[in-house]
Amino acid sequence: MGTSFDTRAGADSSRVQALEDKVQELSKRLQNLEERTPEDRVAIVVFSGDLDRVLAAFIIATGAAAMGQQVSMFFTFWGLSVLKKGTEFSGKTLFQKMMALMSPASSLNLPVSKMNYFGAGAKMLRSMMKEKNVTSLEDMIALARELGVRAIACEMSRDVMGIKQSELAEGLESGGVASFLADSLKSRTSLFI
Amino acid sequence: MSQSFDKLLDARGLNCPMPLVNARKEAGNLEPGQVLKIIATDRGSVADFQGWAKIAKDVELVGQDTESVDGADVFVHYIKRTS
Repeated sequence: MGTSFDTRAGADSSRVQALEDKVQELSKRLQNLEERTPEDRVAIVVFSGDLDRVLAAFIIATGAAAMGQQVSMFFTFWGLSVLKKGTEFSGKTLFQKMMALMSPASSLNLPVSKMNYFGAGAKMLRSMMKEKNVTSLEDMIALARELGVRAIACEMSRDVMGIKQSELAEGLESGGVASFLADSLKSRTSLFI
Repeated sequence: MSQSFDKLLDARGLNCPMPLVNARKEAGNLEPGQVLKIIATDRGSVADFQGWAKIAKDVELVGQDTESVDGADVFVHYIKRTS
């Protein structure tokens, strides 16, 4: 290059080639980036079974869904109580029966994280919320469903705690850590409550 | 100056997140270009509607105001469906 024999056409075609290579490389990099760009999603782990914390989770979930985000809630350990519709004892081991006896039978029986005093605190909070016309947890759960919030029950903790599928509400998905991560890695916001 | 609107949503007495949730539902029934007026007593709704409009792709906040309705101050929001 640079010599007087270098034809103009030859120089042009090598420049075009270089540009084409560059465009190809850039479009590949763009595609990689696009695959990693978060979507309009929110992923929430509900680990706690405390009324106040669960309320916060559902307020965020319904608010996000209303704002046009796709919301997934993963219920694990104590959070599974939120999804229960009742307690069964048959076919459980001794420890599982004890666990069933000591954990809330449904969302209506959740304790508060502070000042529970054997359920008096939870009752008080619920009545204070009603007084202020704040939507109850049960209405919030129904609302979340209506807004298309996905509810996933953690299979492993359900199994460990001996909670049967029949004790949980209908219409839930079940999954594990990978189903949470598949969502959270694509989400703009991931919360652990 | 008063903003014109096509539909009215009364969210008075409702608390977070209900004004937003109900407005979202109502906005779904709007034609593109139509405006929904929301009246709310929840003080937090002022920032909530700004936040919603900021991230939503199909709505725009075209105005906010405070009004006096039945002797009480209310927060007024105008949401326009853009697509």
